Amino acid sequence: MTLLQLENLSVTLRNRRVLSDVSVSVAAGEVVGLIGRNGVGKTTLMRAALGLIPASGHSSLAAMTPNARAKAVAWMPQTREIAWPVSVEDLVALGRLPHDDRARGPVEAALRHMALEPLRNRRATNLSGGEQARALIARALAQETPLLMADEPIAGLDPEHQIATMEVFADIAAAGRGVMLTLHDIALAARHCTRLIVLSENSVLADGAPSDVLTEGTLARAFSITAYHAQSDDGPVFQPLRRVT
Amino acid sequence: MTKALALLFALVLVLAIGSLSIGPANLPFADSIRALLAGGDGPLTLVMREIRLPRMLLAVMIGGTLGLAGAAMQGYLRNPLAEPGLLGVSGCAALGAVLAIQTGLSAAFSLALPLSALAGAVIAVLILLVLTGPRGETLTLILGGIAISAIAGALTSLVLNLSPNPFAANEIIFWMMGSLADRSMLHVWLAMPFMIVGLALLAGVGRGLDALTLGEDAAAAMGFDLRMLRLRIVLGTACVVGAGTAVAGSIGFIGLVVPHLLRGTVGGRPGPLLWVSALGGAAMLLSADIAVRLIAPGRDLKLGVLTALVGAPFFLHLVWRSRRQRA
Amino acid sequence: MWRRALGLFLMIAAPAAAQESPARVVSMNLCTDQMAMLLAAPGQLLSVSSLARDAQSSAMAEQAKAYPINHGLAEEIWLLKPDLVIAGTFTSRASVDMLKRLGVQVLTVPPAYSLADVTDRLRLIGEALGRSATANAVIADFEARLSTLRARTGRRPSAALYYANGYTTGNQTLAGEILLTAGFSNIAGDGGGGRMSLEELAMAQPEALITGQPYPGASRSEEILDHPVVRQIRAAQASRSVTDSDWLCGTPFVLQAIEQLSRLRQDIE
Repeated sequence: MTLLQLENLSVTLRNRRVLSDVSVSVAAGEVVGLIGRNGVGKTTLMRAALGLIPASGHSSLAAMTPNARAKAVAWMPQTREIAWPVSVEDLVALGRLPHDDRARGPVEAALRHMALEPLRNRRATNLSGGEQARALIARALAQETPLLMADEPIAGLDPEHQIATMEVFADIAAAGRGVMLTLHDIALAARHCTRLIVLSENSVLADGAPSDVLTEGTLARAFSITAYHAQSDDGPVFQPLRRVT
Repeated sequence: MTKALALLFALVLVLAIGSLSIGPANLPFADSIRALLAGGDGPLTLVMREIRLPRMLLAVMIGGTLGLAGAAMQGYLRNPLAEPGLLGVSGCAALGAVLAIQTGLSAAFSLALPLSALAGAVIAVLILLVLTGPRGETLTLILGGIAISAIAGALTSLVLNLSPNPFAANEIIFWMMGSLADRSMLHVWLAMPFMIVGLALLAGVGRGLDALTLGEDAAAAMGFDLRMLRLRIVLGTACVVGAGTAVAGSIGFIGLVVPHLLRGTVGGRPGPLLWVSALGGAAMLLSADIAVRLIAPGRDLKLGVLTALVGAPFFLHLVWRSRRQRA
Repeated sequence: MWRRALGLFLMIAAPAAAQESPARVVSMNLCTDQMAMLLAAPGQLLSVSSLARDAQSSAMAEQAKAYPINHGLAEEIWLLKPDLVIAGTFTSRASVDMLKRLGVQVLTVPPAYSLADVTDRLRLIGEALGRSATANAVIADFEARLSTLRARTGRRPSAALYYANGYTTGNQTLAGEILLTAGFSNIAGDGGGGRMSLEELAMAQPEALITGQPYPGASRSEEILDHPVVRQIRAAQASRSVTDSDWLCGTPFVLQAIEQLSRLRQDIE
């Protein structure tokens, strides 16, 4: 089942073309990683897909009414903002806002999924960065949407939390939902995403399984690097090596 | 939270009865309440219905809406320092009111007074929001507020000084500090419609403010129309601050102190905070108005003196904390 | 009509100017303005304050048009090269101090707090102007008229003086004494007065309510005179607004205020 369909999406910000004719899709069961250089338009692509900024072309999400969209996709912006000292439990419950109900079930499930039960009464603003990131993912889970979109969800986390977070996304996808995320760590992208979309020069350079996408040519064009790539018993291993000049 | 609401409601009730029973005339409590409810021809009924009742009602209305507006502005800007009085919104409303009075507009058409104050408040809120952007960055917010307050204060003084009326020039203190002395039911009826409209506008912002806890992008993606939210907050705040200031001058700090004190009772959530702040604001203004009558009876001590004495230390504390957080 | 009589007096008394009288006199206070205009010889008074021309506050606004006005600023008064400056105790203290430092002779006249003060101030200014004879004549006329007004007594109806911001004045003030002389008893009682709350006014229910006339322009301070409580008293009881110019200053014009209030009292009886 297709959860997100973008056709010829183009974005112009302040008279500058940021994205041209991007056509991608995300289906249930997928963890789709969006990679590319800084400033290539990864965040812009996500926000345009969500209808948060004006774009030409078609996005299946942007075409929905705001409330229908809020029930179709949960969005986690890169800045992990928690403006007020609310409890972890109340923070997670914010995910129920689009449903306008006080259902406890999804909130409890999200707390359990992210192992936040011991922290439920703590103030979210007093948590460590990793704990806050978990609480915010739980909030998105509580929204109970078929699709989860996250901008740099593992940036700033320690390796354990990075792996744990990526495993959560894998779980979600395994449960029949879809995940689309941007990330900078190509190694983690290669290991945990089912599919990678490489953005370069305002458009999609490659789109496919990690081992098909992370070729020498694509890496050189998209990132100007070379990398070591091996298949281990524990999955693919990927290590960027040096710059291509 | 329901418990906090119930307790605050009881507090407001007690203070309201207290406010009705305090006055220079030293009336027996039972008689005065009977005169208020049953009426009659005597001067007692006149005192209760035309002096004390409007005073109490205005304290509840103005205090309540100031608390509400403070909580709404803080929630929207996600900054605990946002407050209509401090940021010059009340000052601009006072300027609007003074202009309406001095041009004779309010004498010709009584609704001109609150309308003009409302216009002043709208302008101030809009300038603030344009200056700070939707994320109320502390420094910009405070500096913008100082500038707006200074301009509003200067123009108010100018208008009052240019008035041919010898009393006008001395009224700057009323407009800057606020007072509920000698108000009548006319003032209640004048402010009421704007308060109701403002209340209706602000009543619907709670869920949007809750969503904004996660930032604008997350709130927008959760289906909240942020432009509509901003419009409601601008107009709602301007309505209640404009109407309140037009009849009682600008009363500061209530919108700052009350949400700050009560944030804990609602677990920090900005939506539920709106209603407890409304009750808390009513309680604070009732207390302040009782205090000015007890401390200096017969001297018309201004309300702003008391609210500032209580509120300014809170403000310093918050500035201190926000400085530490940035460091 | 008695104003005309006073004028007649002035004309008769004018030639009797005393020796060593100051030739160039400037007054910079509303009250001293009026007394100086009453007492000064032709050409002796150079300038009066701007307020003297304000009909609302000054009983001699018309006469004041014959004089150049000043605004109580040391510089403009110094430029007039006065021999004598007459100021009120509480007017422009800084300007008065500066004029004194510049060597100008300044007479500071305290406000009149009672009817007795009126004659006292007239005598004081008369002496300073070298016009004691004129002053004595004005005083004699004032006292004669006052005693005839005082003669009428009867029941004393209660009355309140009520001004902007809810101020009232008690018996120990000029206005209070005027009220007593007119045959009322003041609900503010003895003392100077001060703020009287609307509640106290409502509970006292005075038989007469005397308010000032509203000033031009608008003010919140005067709004209290339109409060439902005041309106109710005004509707139920006798009420009158008295022109401020007649009793703002302790000049012989206070007799007009007494006359006006006496008529109000007669209406009540």
